[in-house]
Amino acid sequence: MVSLEPNRKGRVVEILGGASLNNKLMSMGLYIGKEITKLSHIGLRGPVVIKVGRSILALGHGMASKIMVEIE
Amino acid sequence: MIKKIYLIGNPNVGKSVVFSRLTGVQVMSSNYPGTTVEISKGYLRLGEERVEVVDLPGTYSLEPSSSAEKVAVSLLNEYPRNEMVVINILDATNLERNLLLTLQLVEAGYPVIVSLNMCDDAGHRGINIDTTKLEKLIGVPVISTCAVTGLGIKLLIERIKEGSPTVKKSLTNEDRWKEIGAIIQQVQSLEHRHHTLREVLEDASVRPLTGLIMAAGIIYASFKIVRFIGETIIARITDPIFSNLYQPVLEKLTLCWQESGFWFHLLIGDLIDGKIDFKQSLGVLTTAPYIEFGMVLPYIVAFYFILSLLEDIGYLPRLAILLDNVLHRLGLHGYAIIPVLLGFGCNVPGILSTRILESKRERFIASTIISIGVPCVPLQAMIFGLLGQFGGFYVGGVYLVLFSLIIILGLVLNRIMKGYSPELLIEIPPYRLPPLATLAKKLYFRIKGFIVEAVPVVIAGVLVINILLYFKLFDFITAIFAPFLKGLFGLPKESIVALVIGFFRKDVAVGMLMPLGLSAKQLFISATLLAISFPCIATFIVLWKELGLKDLIKSTLIMITISVIVGTALNFLIPH
Repeated sequence: MVSLEPNRKGRVVEILGGASLNNKLMSMGLYIGKEITKLSHIGLRGPVVIKVGRSILALGHGMASKIMVEIE
Repeated sequence: MIKKIYLIGNPNVGKSVVFSRLTGVQVMSSNYPGTTVEISKGYLRLGEERVEVVDLPGTYSLEPSSSAEKVAVSLLNEYPRNEMVVINILDATNLERNLLLTLQLVEAGYPVIVSLNMCDDAGHRGINIDTTKLEKLIGVPVISTCAVTGLGIKLLIERIKEGSPTVKKSLTNEDRWKEIGAIIQQVQSLEHRHHTLREVLEDASVRPLTGLIMAAGIIYASFKIVRFIGETIIARITDPIFSNLYQPVLEKLTLCWQESGFWFHLLIGDLIDGKIDFKQSLGVLTTAPYIEFGMVLPYIVAFYFILSLLEDIGYLPRLAILLDNVLHRLGLHGYAIIPVLLGFGCNVPGILSTRILESKRERFIASTIISIGVPCVPLQAMIFGLLGQFGGFYVGGVYLVLFSLIIILGLVLNRIMKGYSPELLIEIPPYRLPPLATLAKKLYFRIKGFIVEAVPVVIAGVLVINILLYFKLFDFITAIFAPFLKGLFGLPKESIVALVIGFFRKDVAVGMLMPLGLSAKQLFISATLLAISFPCIATFIVLWKELGLKDLIKSTLIMITISVIVGTALNFLIPH
């Protein structure tokens, strides 16, 4: 997700990291198979901003780097 | 028989507004997730009964992942299900994400009523939801509401008694999302709308370049507007009241007392050039009310107006993501900007709101940083009052010292404290134009909170100082600390009184320092010391409550160490 370019769409294929992260993201609507649009990435290891469904989420850099996305 | 009603929903869906509509109890709501840190309770008249309504903290799921969510879920299980109703509040502009919690609630067998809130906003965004169909698909009553205007609330109350437990088999979250997908297909239709200006701005504020430009502009404009509103209130309202109405009354009163008597000293203070000087006389009836109402309150009003406006528009989470990279290195994450900003008004609400941060470590770092490096409005009014005459250079210098301290302290604490701070994960709310009434209510709450907390302490503080001064009790303390002050900070012995008073209220200290005739350098050092040493007594009590005794002592030791180092360094580094 970190290396995805802004304004590109992708599909979540894997979320590395423990069950608690998975659950947290799952309850906010971000789960494996979900389509996302990356909006931006704030520099200097800043957060990644994505659009999931109708919500906009900001994820810390470390968290975003655990989410693998497949470009469509 | 319904004995209890719970309000539950995702963060930032207008739950608190529905709560105040139902109960008439006024609570604050903000356009960012996590406003409801405390649980509010109120009562709703349902026919003959008075039913308790509990507003639970926002939660995305019944499988809690944060402490606020855990509280919500545990409260929900306190009462037998046949005696309660759960009102699940949904944001109609984001139905899909909100439905996960709804399905979980229905499956768990709670008697659920759905309030599909923000229906007007959904309309503006071209989202149409078929509520009858939704009701059929999820099997519980669904009522369209718009809590801000009160639309649909009556119907919601009427249908509360329809809530009854249903039996449904439990699914996994993966299957729930599939089911939600299918529900959305059937009930929601989107009209294509062109991008509105609002959406363009929403988008621009989360991109690095445009976001930073917008942030710089907004912060600069906010600062200017706060000063403008504050100065206007002082010039047009408070100063005329003090000098044209209040001063003549006081002058009549002074005729009743002898000038050097105890009561005169206590209530009026010293006459400066034969006249009452509101800034320097230091009496309970002169300087005490003037500091609070004539110097500080106008800026408090201005500050909270701008902050509440930015908050309700939904700008603050966007600022949080822009600053996340910096704050992450200080052991915090972007969301910590909210307590920090509140701290600029008054440290007390700032430290209270560190509750929105997850770990104890973050709360310690944030609270310590706020107490040391974030100057509250009274303190800032004091800094400007003392140093403004010497030009922006000195005023800016204090801010520069404070800012550097925040950075250094954060970097150090992040390195030496055990554990690590969690990462940012927040939802960015859409921009919403807050109704004027809600904004006014919020401003009223905050100003009232400030007055209730500050005014008694200021009056008591001035009273105590005057008694101590009259009986010359300060001479003792002065004698002990004089060599220390002189040697390390280059300050005269009288300034110890001001520094001690700063522990009660920062703004009272200004009245103490002014008559001393200090040089620019000495005023600069004393203002900086007042800012970074102990916070005022109210903040201290809140720190104790929030951190516990052990961490309070740690935090205090940090403050003392930093004050000594910085005070000494400034004294030896700045040329005369």
